[in-house]
Amino acid sequence: MSNTAISVTDLSKRYGNQIAVSHATFEVPLGTICGFVGPNGSGKTTTMRMLLGLITPTGGTGEILGHSIKHPEKYLPRVGAMIEGPAFYPALSGKENLNVLATLGGFSTDRVQGLLEQVGLADRGKSKFKTYSLGMKQRLGIAAALLPNPKLLMLDEPTNGLDPEGIQEVRGLLRSLANNGTSVFVSSHLLSELELISDYLVMLRKGEVVFTGKMTDLMLSQQPVIIAKTSNEHELVRLLEIAQSAGHQASIRDGAVHVQGPADWAQVLNRAAFDAGITLSQLTPQLPNLEETFFEMTGEK
Amino acid sequence: MWNVTFAELRKLRRPTLFFGTMGAVVFFSALFSSLLFLLIDSPDGNSDRGRMVGREVLSLATGGVQGFSSVGGFLGIIALCVFAAQTAQEYTYGTLRNLLVRQPGRLRILLGKLIAMKVFALVMIVLSAIISISTSVILAPGAKVPTDLWFNADGRHAIFTTFINVIISVIGFGIIGMVLGLLLRSPISAISFGILWLLIIENLLIAVKNSLENWLPGAQLSAIASGGSATGRSAGIEYSHALLVGGIYVAIGAIVASFLFVRRDVAN
Repeated sequence: MSNTAISVTDLSKRYGNQIAVSHATFEVPLGTICGFVGPNGSGKTTTMRMLLGLITPTGGTGEILGHSIKHPEKYLPRVGAMIEGPAFYPALSGKENLNVLATLGGFSTDRVQGLLEQVGLADRGKSKFKTYSLGMKQRLGIAAALLPNPKLLMLDEPTNGLDPEGIQEVRGLLRSLANNGTSVFVSSHLLSELELISDYLVMLRKGEVVFTGKMTDLMLSQQPVIIAKTSNEHELVRLLEIAQSAGHQASIRDGAVHVQGPADWAQVLNRAAFDAGITLSQLTPQLPNLEETFFEMTGEK
Repeated sequence: MWNVTFAELRKLRRPTLFFGTMGAVVFFSALFSSLLFLLIDSPDGNSDRGRMVGREVLSLATGGVQGFSSVGGFLGIIALCVFAAQTAQEYTYGTLRNLLVRQPGRLRILLGKLIAMKVFALVMIVLSAIISISTSVILAPGAKVPTDLWFNADGRHAIFTTFINVIISVIGFGIIGMVLGLLLRSPISAISFGILWLLIIENLLIAVKNSLENWLPGAQLSAIASGGSATGRSAGIEYSHALLVGGIYVAIGAIVASFLFVRRDVAN
């Protein structure tokens, strides 16, 4: 039995002359939460659509839960998905919408009330979908994705429109699902969210995979940054010169000197500043966060 | 496939759609049958397009289903609208991707939806038959139309054959609606195009060249509903001809639309 939830090789999609996804190759291990990131138009949704059998790849192969993506009927009964936002019948209630999908998938409608409670919609289940706020629609979309008790959950921007509390709830929900063995493949533009929950990461840029692997590997591969602040600008410039003369890349941003270098070089900088008569008001070695890494790797900023 | 049918029926039974449609069916069935008897002596005619259906015709074994047969084409237009809307809205609401994720067999989705909509159409037709025939029975004495032959063996046979003909016609119209929904992917466009074609363009074409009546899809399906009889919109079309030509239209449309539905990317 394969130990990957998703495995694609050279997966491509072309619309006329436009390449939406180009030779994407990546794997998502079973039981992990995999963040799927990339700028708008980078091919995330197109990739998800191909994995769900909604569109046909123009090249490459893929497997979901051990079955070829050419036969979605073999794996979709164990896959939950919300792609391109929640889409439901506006004139039906949230509960009735889930009943329609449960009936369609051959699942018991007894699960519906429990799922509404799980996503915090128990008291609005009988309201028509068209009366829902964006956040409520998202919650209903997540409930629909959970209907099959999925082995793999694919969510496209699930936290869109959710308030901070809702985002935290979704984060907790995804983590608990992963802890129970569900693999989660989730795209989001909220990189800080993905950083908090993802074990694994697939990063796309202009239809090409620029990184795939463990989140920790990515973050550890990044050059740490030492951030130092002084009480005045004159000292800031002198500190910059000290860092640069020691052979480190450094710049002044947001009222602080940012020095690229190992974390333990902070004490060297501290002593050099002291010797130069500079009083530091802050000295913080830190790794770049996912957002900074993302921008650096995708060249979007 | 049955899961798709049951899921579709859940949507079709929503009160606004179900009672709205059935209300229209009751109203028009009663109206068509009532006019047949209330205007029986009117010099402007008592049937569609000013045609006169006299007492001698209404007193035949087929007299009890004259109203039902007349409303058959109209039921077809209602079916076209419902089938088109139910199919095309999956694109406009974006719900098609939900359906395909839960049931990737695209032909199964089409067949399942079609069966559910046929059930809906059947309810519509049964209701229309009951209302039309009841209205006729109630109004016949006042119009001095004898009803002795309506429920004898020939009368029952007429009811049965008219019922079957209306079913064939209504489902034919419905499938055309579904085809338009799949091709145009918008309920408004599909319904507008369907009604525009059936009620205006076909009539204009027939007015310009009468022989076209034998070859236009709406005329064939209306002729099937009226059993190829001498009354109604498609008075000059033979039943077997209408069945063949109408069937060819429906079959070609269904094959082309199914092929596109199965092959086309779902990108919205």
